[in-house]
Amino acid sequence: MSQEVIEAPIPGKIVSVSVSAGDKVEEDGELCSLQSMKMQNPILSPVDGTVVEVKISEGQTVETGDVLIIIEED
Amino acid sequence: MFKKILVANRGEIALRAMRECRELGIASVAVYSDADAEALFVKHADEAISLGDPEPAGSYLNVEKILDAAKKTGTEAIYPGYGFLAENPGFVEQCENLGIEFIGPPSKSMNAAKPKHRARDLMKSKGIPVAPGSDGAIEGKADMAKAFEIANNIGYPVIVKPSGAGGGIGMKVAETKDDLAGAMEYATSLGSEAFGVPAFYLEKFIARGKHIEFQILADKKGNTVYVSDRECSVQRRYQKLIEEAPSPIMTPELRARMGGTAVEIAKILNYVNALTVEFMYSLDDNEYYFNECNTRLQVEHPLTEYLTGINLVKEQIRIAAGEDLGYTQDDIKLNGWSIECRINAEDPFMNFMPAPGKIEAYDPPGGFGVRVDGGVYSGYAIPFYYDSLMAKLLSWGRTRDEAIETMKRALKEYHIEGVKTNIPFHIVALDNESFRAGDYTTNFVDEQKISKTLRQLKKDGVFA
Repeated sequence: MSQEVIEAPIPGKIVSVSVSAGDKVEEDGELCSLQSMKMQNPILSPVDGTVVEVKISEGQTVETGDVLIIIEED
Repeated sequence: MFKKILVANRGEIALRAMRECRELGIASVAVYSDADAEALFVKHADEAISLGDPEPAGSYLNVEKILDAAKKTGTEAIYPGYGFLAENPGFVEQCENLGIEFIGPPSKSMNAAKPKHRARDLMKSKGIPVAPGSDGAIEGKADMAKAFEIANNIGYPVIVKPSGAGGGIGMKVAETKDDLAGAMEYATSLGSEAFGVPAFYLEKFIARGKHIEFQILADKKGNTVYVSDRECSVQRRYQKLIEEAPSPIMTPELRARMGGTAVEIAKILNYVNALTVEFMYSLDDNEYYFNECNTRLQVEHPLTEYLTGINLVKEQIRIAAGEDLGYTQDDIKLNGWSIECRINAEDPFMNFMPAPGKIEAYDPPGGFGVRVDGGVYSGYAIPFYYDSLMAKLLSWGRTRDEAIETMKRALKEYHIEGVKTNIPFHIVALDNESFRAGDYTTNFVDEQKISKTLRQLKKDGVFA
Protein backbone atom coordinates (compact mmCIF):
# COMPACT_ATOMS: atom_id res chain seq x y z
CA MET A 1 0.00 0.00 0.00
CA SER A 2 1.36 3.37 -0.97
CA GLN A 3 0.22 6.92 -0.50
CA GLU A 4 -0.40 9.24 -3.41
CA VAL A 5 0.10 12.91 -2.55
CA ILE A 6 -1.87 15.05 -4.98
CA GLU A 7 -0.29 18.49 -5.47
CA ALA A 8 -1.52 21.57 -7.31
CA PRO A 9 0.02 21.50 -10.83
CA ILE A 10 -0.51 25.25 -11.23
CA PRO A 11 -1.57 28.16 -9.01
CA GLY A 12 -5.28 28.90 -8.82
CA LYS A 13 -8.43 28.75 -6.75
CA ILE A 14 -10.25 25.61 -5.60
CA VAL A 15 -13.80 26.00 -6.90
CA SER A 16 -15.15 22.60 -5.87
CA VAL A 17 -14.11 19.61 -3.78
CA SER A 18 -15.74 16.30 -4.77
CA VAL A 19 -14.39 13.97 -2.07
CA SER A 20 -14.05 13.71 1.74
CA ALA A 21 -11.74 11.65 3.94
CA GLY A 22 -12.73 7.98 3.85
CA ASP A 23 -14.27 8.14 0.34
CA LYS A 24 -13.38 5.45 -2.18
CA VAL A 25 -12.07 6.92 -5.43
CA GLU A 26 -11.40 5.43 -8.83
CA GLU A 27 -8.56 6.18 -11.20
CA ASP A 28 -9.43 9.32 -13.23
CA GLY A 29 -12.27 10.17 -10.84
CA GLU A 30 -12.52 13.92 -10.10
CA LEU A 31 -11.10 14.93 -6.72
CA CYS A 32 -11.49 18.69 -6.97
CA SER A 33 -11.53 21.47 -9.53
CA LEU A 34 -8.88 24.16 -9.73
CA GLN A 35 -9.76 27.40 -11.49
CA SER A 36 -6.90 29.24 -13.08
CA MET A 37 -6.92 31.86 -15.83
CA LYS A 38 -10.71 31.55 -16.24
CA MET A 39 -10.40 27.79 -16.94
CA GLN A 40 -11.68 24.99 -14.73
CA ASN A 41 -9.03 22.30 -14.40
CA PRO A 42 -10.34 19.04 -12.94
CA ILE A 43 -7.83 17.33 -10.67
CA LEU A 44 -8.19 13.56 -11.21
CA SER A 45 -7.15 10.64 -9.05
CA PRO A 46 -4.11 8.86 -10.50
CA VAL A 47 -5.09 5.58 -8.76
CA ASP A 48 -7.93 3.49 -7.32
CA GLY A 49 -7.89 4.06 -3.56
CA THR A 50 -9.27 5.71 -0.45
CA VAL A 51 -9.04 9.38 0.46
CA VAL A 52 -6.91 9.77 3.58
CA GLU A 53 -6.95 13.52 3.91
CA VAL A 54 -8.41 16.57 2.16
CA LYS A 55 -6.14 19.54 2.81
CA ILE A 56 -8.11 22.17 0.90
CA SER A 57 -11.55 23.69 0.94
CA GLU A 58 -13.72 25.48 -1.59
CA GLY A 59 -12.67 29.06 -2.27
CA GLN A 60 -9.08 28.56 -1.13
CA THR A 61 -6.22 29.72 -3.35
CA VAL A 62 -3.24 27.44 -3.84
CA GLU A 63 0.28 27.70 -5.23
CA THR A 64 2.05 25.19 -7.45
CA GLY A 65 3.13 22.19 -5.33
CA ASP A 66 0.68 22.77 -2.47
CA VAL A 67 -0.69 19.45 -1.21
CA LEU A 68 -4.38 19.14 -2.07
CA ILE A 69 -5.41 15.59 -1.21
CA ILE A 70 -3.74 12.40 0.04
CA ILE A 71 -4.97 9.04 -1.24
CA GLU A 72 -4.07 5.55 -0.09
CA GLU A 73 -3.80 3.29 -3.10
CA ASP A 74 -5.78 0.00 -3.05
CA MET B 1 -12.14 66.04 -27.68
CA PHE B 2 -12.03 64.55 -24.19
CA LYS B 3 -9.48 65.75 -21.65
CA LYS B 4 -9.45 62.59 -19.53
CA ILE B 5 -10.39 58.95 -20.16
CA LEU B 6 -10.65 56.15 -17.62
CA VAL B 7 -9.62 52.76 -19.01
CA ALA B 8 -11.85 50.11 -17.41
CA ASN B 9 -9.73 47.13 -18.38
CA ARG B 10 -6.34 45.56 -17.86
CA GLY B 11 -3.49 43.92 -19.78
CA GLU B 12 -2.51 44.64 -23.36
CA ILE B 13 -5.75 46.38 -24.35
CA ALA B 14 -5.55 48.83 -21.44
CA LEU B 15 -1.99 49.72 -22.41
CA ARG B 16 -3.04 50.07 -26.05
CA ALA B 17 -5.82 52.52 -25.15
CA MET B 18 -3.43 54.59 -23.01
CA ARG B 19 -0.97 54.86 -25.89
CA GLU B 20 -3.72 56.31 -28.10
CA CYS B 21 -4.74 58.72 -25.32
CA ARG B 22 -1.16 59.97 -25.10
CA GLU B 23 -1.03 60.62 -28.86
CA LEU B 24 -4.36 62.44 -28.74
CA GLY B 25 -3.30 64.59 -25.78
CA ILE B 26 -5.82 62.96 -23.44
CA ALA B 27 -4.93 62.10 -19.82
CA SER B 28 -5.50 58.42 -18.96
CA VAL B 29 -6.69 56.88 -15.71
CA ALA B 30 -5.95 53.22 -14.91
CA VAL B 31 -8.05 51.18 -12.50
CA TYR B 32 -6.32 48.07 -11.21
CA SER B 33 -6.79 45.18 -8.82
CA ASP B 34 -4.31 44.10 -6.13
CA ALA B 35 -3.16 41.34 -8.50
CA ASP B 36 -2.20 43.97 -11.10
CA ALA B 37 -0.28 46.45 -8.93
CA GLU B 38 2.90 45.66 -10.92
CA ALA B 39 1.23 45.44 -14.32
CA LEU B 40 2.62 47.41 -17.26
CA PHE B 41 -0.60 49.27 -18.03
CA VAL B 42 -0.65 50.79 -14.53
CA LYS B 43 2.84 52.21 -15.08
CA HIS B 44 1.74 53.80 -18.39
CA ALA B 45 -1.30 55.61 -16.98
CA ASP B 46 -1.25 59.27 -15.95
CA GLU B 47 -3.28 58.39 -12.85
CA ALA B 48 -4.02 55.02 -11.27
CA ILE B 49 -6.81 54.08 -8.88
CA SER B 50 -6.73 50.85 -6.87
CA LEU B 51 -9.85 48.67 -6.95
CA GLY B 52 -8.53 46.18 -4.39
CA ASP B 53 -9.98 42.68 -4.70
CA PRO B 54 -8.18 40.57 -7.31
CA GLU B 55 -11.40 38.64 -8.04
CA PRO B 56 -13.00 40.23 -11.14
CA ALA B 57 -16.36 40.59 -9.35
CA GLY B 58 -14.69 42.84 -6.78
CA SER B 59 -12.64 44.86 -9.25
CA TYR B 60 -12.91 44.96 -13.07
CA LEU B 61 -16.56 43.85 -13.03
CA ASN B 62 -17.48 46.10 -10.12
CA VAL B 63 -19.60 48.91 -11.61
CA GLU B 64 -19.81 50.91 -8.39
CA LYS B 65 -16.05 50.99 -7.77
CA ILE B 66 -15.28 51.89 -11.36
CA LEU B 67 -17.85 54.69 -11.51
CA ASP B 68 -16.56 56.01 -8.17
CA ALA B 69 -13.05 56.13 -9.65
CA ALA B 70 -14.43 57.94 -12.71
CA LYS B 71 -16.21 60.55 -10.58
CA LYS B 72 -13.24 61.02 -8.26
CA THR B 73 -10.83 61.66 -11.14
CA GLY B 74 -13.14 63.89 -13.18
CA THR B 75 -13.21 61.47 -16.08
CA GLU B 76 -15.24 62.48 -19.13
CA ALA B 77 -15.25 59.13 -20.91
CA ILE B 78 -14.68 55.44 -20.16
CA TYR B 79 -12.82 53.10 -22.50
CA PRO B 80 -14.06 49.52 -21.95
CA GLY B 81 -11.76 47.39 -24.16
CA TYR B 82 -13.01 43.81 -24.54
CA GLY B 83 -14.33 41.49 -21.82
CA PHE B 84 -15.27 42.66 -18.30
CA LEU B 85 -17.84 45.51 -18.61
CA ALA B 86 -17.48 46.04 -22.37
CA GLU B 87 -20.80 44.36 -23.20
CA ASN B 88 -22.77 45.14 -20.06
CA PRO B 89 -25.75 47.35 -21.00
CA GLY B 90 -26.51 48.08 -17.32
CA PHE B 91 -23.08 49.67 -16.96
CA VAL B 92 -23.57 51.68 -20.15
CA GLU B 93 -26.94 52.96 -18.87
CA GLN B 94 -25.32 54.14 -15.65
CA CYS B 95 -22.62 55.94 -17.62
CA GLU B 96 -25.33 57.56 -19.76
CA ASN B 97 -27.22 58.69 -16.63
CA LEU B 98 -24.07 60.18 -15.11
CA GLY B 99 -23.18 61.99 -18.34
CA ILE B 100 -19.98 60.01 -18.73
CA GLU B 101 -19.37 59.03 -22.35
CA PHE B 102 -19.07 55.25 -22.80
CA ILE B 103 -16.66 54.66 -25.70
CA GLY B 104 -18.82 52.10 -27.43
CA PRO B 105 -22.41 51.68 -28.55
CA PRO B 106 -25.45 53.19 -26.79
CA SER B 107 -27.12 50.80 -24.31
CA LYS B 108 -30.12 50.47 -26.68
CA SER B 109 -27.94 49.00 -29.46
CA MET B 110 -26.23 46.72 -27.00
CA ASN B 111 -29.56 45.49 -25.63
CA ALA B 112 -30.84 44.76 -29.14
CA ALA B 113 -27.91 42.37 -29.68
CA LYS B 114 -28.60 40.49 -26.44
CA PRO B 115 -29.32 37.76 -25.50
CA LYS B 116 -27.98 35.85 -28.47
CA HIS B 117 -31.21 34.03 -29.35
CA ARG B 118 -33.02 37.37 -29.55
CA ALA B 119 -30.38 38.83 -31.85
CA ARG B 120 -30.78 35.75 -34.05
CA ASP B 121 -34.58 36.15 -34.14
CA LEU B 122 -34.30 39.88 -34.87
CA MET B 123 -31.89 39.34 -37.75
CA LYS B 124 -33.98 36.51 -39.18
CA SER B 125 -37.10 38.73 -39.10
CA LYS B 126 -35.21 41.39 -41.08
CA GLY B 127 -34.15 38.94 -43.78
CA ILE B 128 -30.54 38.45 -42.67
CA PRO B 129 -29.42 34.85 -43.42
CA VAL B 130 -29.28 32.68 -40.27
CA ALA B 131 -28.58 28.94 -40.02
CA PRO B 132 -31.70 26.75 -39.59
CA GLY B 133 -32.49 26.50 -35.88
CA SER B 134 -34.90 27.19 -33.03
CA ASP B 135 -36.96 30.38 -32.84
CA GLY B 136 -36.77 32.05 -29.46
CA ALA B 137 -35.12 30.61 -26.39
CA ILE B 138 -35.35 27.07 -25.07
CA GLU B 139 -35.70 26.87 -21.32
CA GLY B 140 -37.02 24.23 -18.92
CA LYS B 141 -38.30 20.66 -19.34
CA ALA B 142 -41.24 21.23 -21.71
CA ASP B 143 -39.09 23.22 -24.12
CA MET B 144 -36.40 20.55 -24.07
CA ALA B 145 -38.91 18.00 -25.35
CA LYS B 146 -39.73 20.40 -28.20
CA ALA B 147 -36.01 20.74 -28.90
CA PHE B 148 -35.88 17.12 -30.06
CA GLU B 149 -38.58 17.90 -32.62
CA ILE B 150 -36.70 20.99 -33.84
CA ALA B 151 -33.43 19.07 -34.09
CA ASN B 152 -35.18 16.30 -36.05
CA ASN B 153 -36.57 18.85 -38.49
CA ILE B 154 -33.29 20.66 -39.13
CA GLY B 155 -31.23 17.45 -39.05
CA TYR B 156 -28.18 16.49 -36.99
CA PRO B 157 -25.55 17.52 -36.12
CA VAL B 158 -26.92 20.49 -34.19
CA ILE B 159 -25.10 22.93 -31.93
CA VAL B 160 -26.54 24.02 -28.58
CA LYS B 161 -25.62 27.59 -27.65
CA PRO B 162 -26.31 29.28 -24.29
CA SER B 163 -28.18 32.56 -24.90
CA GLY B 164 -26.18 34.66 -22.48
CA ALA B 165 -22.77 33.20 -23.08
CA GLY B 166 -19.54 34.52 -24.49
CA GLY B 167 -16.13 33.07 -25.15
CA GLY B 168 -17.59 29.79 -26.36
CA ILE B 169 -18.57 28.80 -22.83
CA GLY B 170 -21.27 26.11 -22.68
CA MET B 171 -21.52 25.47 -26.44
CA LYS B 172 -21.83 21.82 -27.40
CA VAL B 173 -22.42 19.86 -30.60
CA ALA B 174 -24.94 16.98 -30.62
CA GLU B 175 -23.95 14.56 -33.40
CA THR B 176 -27.11 12.45 -32.96
CA LYS B 177 -30.29 12.56 -30.87
CA ASP B 178 -28.50 10.50 -28.20
CA ASP B 179 -26.19 13.47 -27.49
CA LEU B 180 -28.88 16.15 -27.41
CA ALA B 181 -30.12 15.80 -23.81
CA GLY B 182 -26.53 15.92 -22.53
CA ALA B 183 -25.65 18.92 -24.68
CA MET B 184 -28.74 20.81 -23.44
CA GLU B 185 -27.90 20.02 -19.80
CA TYR B 186 -24.37 21.26 -20.41
CA ALA B 187 -25.48 24.52 -22.05
CA THR B 188 -28.03 25.23 -19.29
CA SER B 189 -25.67 24.56 -16.42
CA LEU B 190 -22.66 26.40 -17.89
CA GLY B 191 -24.88 29.28 -19.05
CA SER B 192 -26.44 29.65 -15.59
CA GLU B 193 -23.13 29.33 -13.79
CA ALA B 194 -21.11 31.73 -15.94
CA PHE B 195 -23.75 34.25 -17.03
CA GLY B 196 -26.87 33.63 -14.92
CA VAL B 197 -28.86 32.76 -18.07
CA PRO B 198 -30.18 29.15 -18.27
CA ALA B 199 -31.83 29.67 -21.70
CA PHE B 200 -30.21 28.39 -24.88
CA TYR B 201 -30.97 27.89 -28.57
CA LEU B 202 -30.28 25.35 -31.27
CA GLU B 203 -28.73 25.74 -34.70
CA LYS B 204 -27.78 23.39 -37.48
CA PHE B 205 -24.08 22.70 -36.90
CA ILE B 206 -21.96 23.71 -39.88
CA ALA B 207 -19.35 20.96 -39.84
CA ARG B 208 -17.21 22.33 -42.67
CA GLY B 209 -17.39 25.99 -41.81
CA LYS B 210 -15.19 29.03 -41.63
CA HIS B 211 -15.53 31.76 -39.01
CA ILE B 212 -15.45 35.01 -40.96
CA GLU B 213 -16.17 38.36 -39.33
CA PHE B 214 -16.49 41.96 -40.47
CA GLN B 215 -15.24 45.04 -38.68
CA ILE B 216 -17.79 47.84 -38.70
CA LEU B 217 -17.36 51.50 -37.78
CA ALA B 218 -20.33 53.83 -37.42
CA ASP B 219 -20.42 57.47 -36.33
CA LYS B 220 -23.18 59.27 -34.44
CA LYS B 221 -24.69 60.59 -37.68
CA GLY B 222 -25.22 57.05 -38.93
CA ASN B 223 -22.33 56.94 -41.43
CA THR B 224 -21.49 53.23 -41.40
CA VAL B 225 -18.71 51.32 -43.17
CA TYR B 226 -17.19 47.84 -43.13
CA VAL B 227 -13.44 48.15 -42.70
CA SER B 228 -12.18 44.64 -43.42
CA ASP B 229 -13.02 40.98 -43.06
CA ARG B 230 -11.04 38.67 -40.79
CA GLU B 231 -10.95 34.88 -40.56
CA CYS B 232 -10.74 33.27 -37.12
CA SER B 233 -11.26 29.55 -37.79
CA VAL B 234 -8.21 28.31 -35.85
CA GLN B 235 -9.84 27.77 -32.46
CA ARG B 236 -9.85 25.37 -29.58
CA ARG B 237 -12.79 25.16 -27.21
CA TYR B 238 -14.34 27.87 -29.43
CA GLN B 239 -11.55 30.28 -28.47
CA LYS B 240 -9.49 31.85 -31.22
CA LEU B 241 -5.75 31.16 -31.45
CA ILE B 242 -4.70 32.31 -34.93
CA GLU B 243 -6.52 34.87 -37.02
CA GLU B 244 -5.81 36.32 -40.43
CA ALA B 245 -7.06 39.03 -42.73
CA PRO B 246 -8.34 38.89 -45.31
CA SER B 247 -9.93 35.44 -45.29
CA PRO B 248 -8.12 33.19 -47.80
CA ILE B 249 -11.47 32.41 -49.49
CA MET B 250 -12.53 36.05 -49.81
CA THR B 251 -13.20 37.55 -53.25
CA PRO B 252 -14.08 41.20 -53.93
CA GLU B 253 -17.67 40.15 -54.79
CA LEU B 254 -18.14 38.07 -51.64
CA ARG B 255 -16.60 40.83 -49.52
CA ALA B 256 -19.00 43.39 -50.93
CA ARG B 257 -21.95 41.05 -50.28
CA MET B 258 -20.98 40.02 -46.73
CA GLY B 259 -19.76 43.52 -45.85
CA GLY B 260 -23.07 44.90 -47.09
CA THR B 261 -24.97 42.46 -44.86
CA ALA B 262 -22.77 43.46 -41.90
CA VAL B 263 -23.57 47.16 -42.49
CA GLU B 264 -27.28 46.28 -42.71
CA ILE B 265 -27.00 44.52 -39.33
CA ALA B 266 -25.33 47.58 -37.80
CA LYS B 267 -28.21 49.72 -39.09
CA ILE B 268 -30.80 47.31 -37.66
CA LEU B 269 -29.13 47.83 -34.26
CA ASN B 270 -28.90 51.65 -34.78
CA TYR B 271 -25.27 51.07 -34.03
CA VAL B 272 -22.62 53.66 -33.14
CA ASN B 273 -18.86 53.00 -32.69
CA ALA B 274 -16.95 49.74 -33.39
CA LEU B 275 -18.89 46.54 -34.02
CA THR B 276 -17.88 43.11 -35.23
CA VAL B 277 -20.41 40.96 -37.07
CA GLU B 278 -19.53 37.28 -37.02
CA PHE B 279 -20.66 34.88 -39.75
CA MET B 280 -20.25 31.17 -40.31
CA TYR B 281 -19.36 30.45 -43.92
CA SER B 282 -20.31 26.94 -45.03
CA LEU B 283 -17.92 25.23 -47.44
CA ASP B 284 -20.75 22.78 -48.24
CA ASP B 285 -23.19 25.26 -49.76
CA ASN B 286 -20.89 28.32 -50.05
CA GLU B 287 -23.39 30.43 -48.12
CA TYR B 288 -22.86 32.59 -45.05
CA TYR B 289 -25.00 32.73 -41.94
CA PHE B 290 -25.20 35.34 -39.17
CA ASN B 291 -23.56 34.03 -36.02
CA GLU B 292 -23.47 36.88 -33.52
CA CYS B 293 -22.62 40.52 -32.94
CA ASN B 294 -19.75 41.59 -30.72
CA THR B 295 -20.70 45.07 -29.57
CA ARG B 296 -17.13 46.09 -28.75
CA LEU B 297 -13.59 46.03 -30.09
CA GLN B 298 -12.29 42.50 -30.77
CA VAL B 299 -8.95 41.11 -29.58
CA GLU B 300 -7.89 40.57 -33.22
CA HIS B 301 -8.73 44.10 -34.42
CA PRO B 302 -5.06 44.98 -35.27
CA LEU B 303 -5.30 42.73 -38.37
CA THR B 304 -7.70 45.27 -39.82
CA GLU B 305 -5.41 48.14 -38.81
CA TYR B 306 -2.52 46.50 -40.67
CA LEU B 307 -4.58 46.11 -43.87
CA THR B 308 -6.15 49.57 -43.90
CA GLY B 309 -3.94 51.89 -41.86
CA ILE B 310 -7.04 52.88 -39.85
CA ASN B 311 -6.33 53.09 -36.12
CA LEU B 312 -9.51 51.52 -34.72
CA VAL B 313 -8.98 52.56 -31.10
CA LYS B 314 -8.42 56.19 -32.11
CA GLU B 315 -11.51 55.95 -34.31
CA GLN B 316 -13.52 54.69 -31.34
CA ILE B 317 -12.42 57.67 -29.25
CA ARG B 318 -13.06 60.14 -32.10
CA ILE B 319 -16.53 58.71 -32.74
CA ALA B 320 -17.42 58.83 -29.03
CA ALA B 321 -16.33 62.48 -28.97
CA GLY B 322 -18.88 63.19 -31.72
CA GLU B 323 -16.56 63.47 -34.71
CA ASP B 324 -17.62 62.20 -38.13
CA LEU B 325 -15.96 59.23 -39.83
CA GLY B 326 -14.76 61.55 -42.57
CA TYR B 327 -14.44 58.74 -45.16
CA THR B 328 -16.78 56.51 -47.13
CA GLN B 329 -16.77 52.85 -48.10
CA ASP B 330 -14.93 53.61 -51.34
CA ASP B 331 -12.09 55.32 -49.45
CA ILE B 332 -11.20 52.10 -47.60
CA LYS B 333 -8.54 50.09 -49.43
CA LEU B 334 -7.02 46.82 -48.27
CA ASN B 335 -3.28 46.37 -48.63
CA GLY B 336 -1.48 43.01 -48.27
CA TRP B 337 -2.02 40.30 -45.70
CA SER B 338 -1.86 40.09 -41.91
CA ILE B 339 -1.69 37.20 -39.44
CA GLU B 340 -2.19 37.27 -35.68
CA CYS B 341 -1.01 34.63 -33.19
CA ARG B 342 -2.27 34.95 -29.63
CA ILE B 343 0.64 34.34 -27.29
CA ASN B 344 -0.94 32.68 -24.24
CA ALA B 345 0.57 31.46 -20.98
CA GLU B 346 -0.51 27.85 -21.39
CA ASP B 347 1.06 24.47 -22.05
CA PRO B 348 0.35 23.21 -25.58
CA PHE B 349 1.84 19.82 -24.67
CA MET B 350 -0.58 19.39 -21.74
CA ASN B 351 -3.94 20.07 -23.40
CA PHE B 352 -3.40 23.85 -23.14
CA MET B 353 -3.39 23.85 -19.34
CA PRO B 354 -3.03 27.44 -18.05
CA ALA B 355 0.49 28.37 -16.97
CA PRO B 356 0.45 31.48 -14.78
CA GLY B 357 3.70 32.43 -13.05
CA LYS B 358 6.73 34.70 -13.12
CA ILE B 359 8.32 35.61 -16.44
CA GLU B 360 12.08 35.20 -15.93
CA ALA B 361 13.15 36.50 -19.35
CA TYR B 362 11.20 38.35 -22.02
CA ASP B 363 12.50 39.50 -25.40
CA PRO B 364 9.76 40.05 -27.99
CA PRO B 365 10.58 39.93 -31.71
CA GLY B 366 10.83 42.94 -34.03
CA GLY B 367 11.77 43.86 -37.58
CA PHE B 368 9.84 44.63 -40.75
CA GLY B 369 6.20 43.59 -40.69
CA VAL B 370 6.12 42.62 -37.01
CA ARG B 371 3.88 44.13 -34.34
CA VAL B 372 3.61 43.05 -30.70
CA ASP B 373 0.72 44.31 -28.56
CA GLY B 374 1.77 43.06 -25.14
CA GLY B 375 1.17 43.71 -21.50
CA VAL B 376 4.03 41.88 -19.81
CA TYR B 377 7.75 42.28 -19.12
CA SER B 378 10.71 40.39 -17.71
CA GLY B 379 10.21 39.89 -13.97
CA TYR B 380 6.41 40.27 -14.13
CA ALA B 381 4.31 37.57 -12.47
CA ILE B 382 1.23 36.69 -14.55
CA PRO B 383 -1.70 36.37 -12.14
CA PHE B 384 -4.08 33.40 -12.31
CA TYR B 385 -7.21 35.51 -11.80
CA TYR B 386 -7.52 36.60 -15.43
CA ASP B 387 -7.17 35.11 -18.91
CA SER B 388 -3.93 33.73 -20.29
CA LEU B 389 -3.29 36.29 -23.07
CA MET B 390 0.23 37.71 -22.67
CA ALA B 391 0.59 39.41 -26.02
CA LYS B 392 -0.71 39.50 -29.57
CA LEU B 393 1.92 38.90 -32.22
CA LEU B 394 1.06 40.21 -35.69
CA SER B 395 2.80 40.03 -39.01
CA TRP B 396 2.22 41.84 -42.29
CA GLY B 397 3.31 40.94 -45.81
CA ARG B 398 2.34 41.90 -49.35
CA THR B 399 1.10 38.33 -49.84
CA ARG B 400 -0.21 35.60 -47.52
CA ASP B 401 3.03 33.61 -47.94
CA GLU B 402 5.12 36.63 -46.97
CA ALA B 403 2.98 37.25 -43.90
CA ILE B 404 3.29 33.57 -42.86
CA GLU B 405 7.08 33.52 -43.31
CA THR B 406 7.46 36.75 -41.31
CA MET B 407 5.25 35.28 -38.57
CA LYS B 408 7.30 32.07 -38.40
CA ARG B 409 10.51 34.06 -38.14
CA ALA B 410 9.01 36.25 -35.39
CA LEU B 411 7.68 33.24 -33.43
CA LYS B 412 11.13 31.65 -33.43
CA GLU B 413 12.65 34.95 -32.28
CA TYR B 414 10.19 35.32 -29.37
CA HIS B 415 12.16 34.53 -26.20
CA ILE B 416 10.13 33.84 -23.05
CA GLU B 417 11.46 32.03 -19.99
CA GLY B 418 9.73 31.12 -16.74
CA VAL B 419 6.26 30.37 -18.08
CA LYS B 420 5.07 27.94 -20.71
CA THR B 421 3.57 29.45 -23.85
CA ASN B 422 1.64 28.22 -26.87
CA ILE B 423 4.34 29.36 -29.34
CA PRO B 424 5.14 25.73 -30.38
CA PHE B 425 1.45 25.31 -31.32
CA HIS B 426 1.63 28.32 -33.64
CA ILE B 427 4.82 27.11 -35.33
CA VAL B 428 3.23 23.72 -36.07
CA ALA B 429 -0.11 25.18 -37.17
CA LEU B 430 1.47 27.66 -39.62
CA ASP B 431 3.32 24.81 -41.36
CA ASN B 432 0.22 22.64 -41.62
CA GLU B 433 -0.82 21.86 -45.20
CA SER B 434 -4.47 22.72 -44.67
CA PHE B 435 -3.55 26.07 -43.11
CA ARG B 436 -1.16 26.74 -45.99
CA ALA B 437 -3.87 25.89 -48.52
CA GLY B 438 -6.27 28.26 -46.72
CA ASP B 439 -9.14 25.75 -46.83
CA TYR B 440 -9.02 25.00 -43.10
CA THR B 441 -12.23 25.01 -41.03
CA THR B 442 -13.22 25.66 -37.41
CA ASN B 443 -12.43 21.97 -36.83
CA PHE B 444 -8.77 22.57 -37.78
CA VAL B 445 -7.08 21.78 -34.44
CA ASP B 446 -8.82 18.39 -34.00
CA GLU B 447 -9.03 17.37 -37.64
CA GLN B 448 -5.36 18.08 -38.33
CA LYS B 449 -4.30 16.40 -35.04
CA ILE B 450 -2.11 19.38 -34.09
CA SER B 451 -1.72 18.19 -30.48
CA LYS B 452 -0.48 14.79 -31.64
CA THR B 453 2.05 16.40 -33.99
CA LEU B 454 3.24 18.59 -31.11
CA ARG B 455 3.75 15.61 -28.81
CA GLN B 456 5.69 13.77 -31.52
CA LEU B 457 7.93 16.77 -32.19
CA LYS B 458 8.61 17.04 -28.47
CA LYS B 459 9.62 13.37 -28.39
CA ASP B 460 11.89 13.99 -31.38
CA GLY B 461 13.55 16.82 -29.48
CA VAL B 462 12.35 19.60 -31.84
CA PHE B 463 10.69 21.34 -28.88
CA ALA B 464 12.16 21.35 -25.37
